[in-house]
Amino acid sequence: MRKLTEIRWHGRGGQGAKTAALLLADVAFQSGMHVQGFPEYGPERMGAPITAFDRISDSPIRVHSNIYEPDFVVVVDETLLHSIDVTAGLKKDGAILINTERNAEELLPLLNGYEGRVYTINAKDVCMRTLGKYFPNTPMLAAIVKISGVIPEGEFLSQMEESLRHKFAKKPEVLDGNMKALKLALLEVR
Amino acid sequence: MSIKDRMSGNEALGVAIRQINPDVMPAFPITPSTEVPQFVSTMIANGQIDTEFIPVESEHSAMSAAMGSEAAGARTITATSSCGLALMWEVLYVAASSRLPLAMCVVNRGLTGPLNINAEHSDSMGARDSGWLQIYAENNQEVYDNMLQAYRIAEHKDVRLPIMICQDGFITSHAVQDIELNEDEPMRKFVGKYEPEHYLLKKDEPMAMGPYANSPFCMEAKRAQAEGMAQAKRVILEVAKEYEAITGRSYGFFEEYNMKDAEVVLVCMGSACGTIKDAVDELREQGIKAGLIKVRVFRPFPGEELAKALEGAKAVAIMDRAESYSTNGGPLGSELMAAMYRNKNTAEAVNLMYGLSGRDLTVSQVKDIYGDLVEMITKPEKNRAYRYIGLRE
Repeated sequence: MRKLTEIRWHGRGGQGAKTAALLLADVAFQSGMHVQGFPEYGPERMGAPITAFDRISDSPIRVHSNIYEPDFVVVVDETLLHSIDVTAGLKKDGAILINTERNAEELLPLLNGYEGRVYTINAKDVCMRTLGKYFPNTPMLAAIVKISGVIPEGEFLSQMEESLRHKFAKKPEVLDGNMKALKLALLEVR
Repeated sequence: MSIKDRMSGNEALGVAIRQINPDVMPAFPITPSTEVPQFVSTMIANGQIDTEFIPVESEHSAMSAAMGSEAAGARTITATSSCGLALMWEVLYVAASSRLPLAMCVVNRGLTGPLNINAEHSDSMGARDSGWLQIYAENNQEVYDNMLQAYRIAEHKDVRLPIMICQDGFITSHAVQDIELNEDEPMRKFVGKYEPEHYLLKKDEPMAMGPYANSPFCMEAKRAQAEGMAQAKRVILEVAKEYEAITGRSYGFFEEYNMKDAEVVLVCMGSACGTIKDAVDELREQGIKAGLIKVRVFRPFPGEELAKALEGAKAVAIMDRAESYSTNGGPLGSELMAAMYRNKNTAEAVNLMYGLSGRDLTVSQVKDIYGDLVEMITKPEKNRAYRYIGLRE
């Protein structure tokens, strides 16, 4: 039986939701999966709502449409809950992950009656404690890996370490902060 | 040995271009061009290739410079998209009629009106009569494979025509997917060295390029150009065969998916074909004899071959991602229906507009189209010859 996981990201231009979606595709590929990671392109600008998608499968992926019935939804900016129907089509046996300081119960009224699991993470807190700067995509990436189980956590961390080391070869301090952020996010998602 | 990797369609073109190592790339290095010139200039800066990059001030200049360098005897590449291709228009025809086998990466995006940047075939479809070869891709893998075959086809002495390697804007150009790359050395060998017979810098053979040709000569030149296009059919298949022997991946004018006993058939080009394949699989499980023909080569147009491949079909939907405002169908629909008429095909046929300005096409919409075709077999009066898919009415 073919196993396909579909993830939809909601964020605002400049928050790195697209980068996070592509990074997730990247680590899933490295653990031997077939992947597709793509943003929905429009007139992008800082702060405008953006959507990005991931398909992760054990068999080749051919479909090229957007994702309308995702298994998981990631909301990188909770202010989007007021303007976008983020749970549209989200599977009941799936889950939504929201970046917020509040708890899940407080957000439920904004989720259009979604009956599935609701996870939250305070990405800002994670970032400030580890990176000293607010890059929400790093903790969100770790949190969705944990919730979706698309890659085992240990494998995820070792692959991220490898790719970040390569990417920031000249800035080892960046690697350290990012790894701390990823590890803390795995603990902080609830 | 293939190398498993993951990258976007544009990045895949970058890898192919690195393996080809063309002599010259004139390109307009900002929007509406693609990421491809950026990748190439990075590879040049890193010493991976020794291509001469010429940043020009417009797409019209990009194509003019590409013509000049190709005429001088250098293997030349450029890249563009959408209105950038439109600005090259005048020179496209000159490049083709001068029989200059340069290659261009085209990331298919709509021509403006209303302003839009998303996937559509209207840019390269508008250039379909310019005398360029055109090859389309379903995904990053195909655009990579097509790029590597491009010069072998274009530079063949029986062809000598410029070639567009097309892919769907954003849908494949910017989507990261897994891919199998070839090793560098066999590809360098496969592509080979460019050794033109006649070129401007050949000192023992002074020649004029692009001279005025009045009516006693011009028609013969055009006929010769058309002959190059006709010869390209044979060459495309030969090159594909040779490529398959190295890579194991086979290509033709088109791909037939579940066509053996297919009664209801979609004919399409580009990324939507992947979506259609998933729909075909689901319908086959329900016992519906669905099939797909994915057109890879649009210029030259394999009309006769396509019509023959459709002989067993009872109802056919031809899918166009470009409007031509003829009120009689899009480019693929019009050309294929003409070929089917000549071949005396008996299938009911309909021409559908989909995916304009990046409008999504889903598996469920595709299944509905097949449902319409099934109904059309018994009730041909239901056939609406030309309509839009996914339109908000």
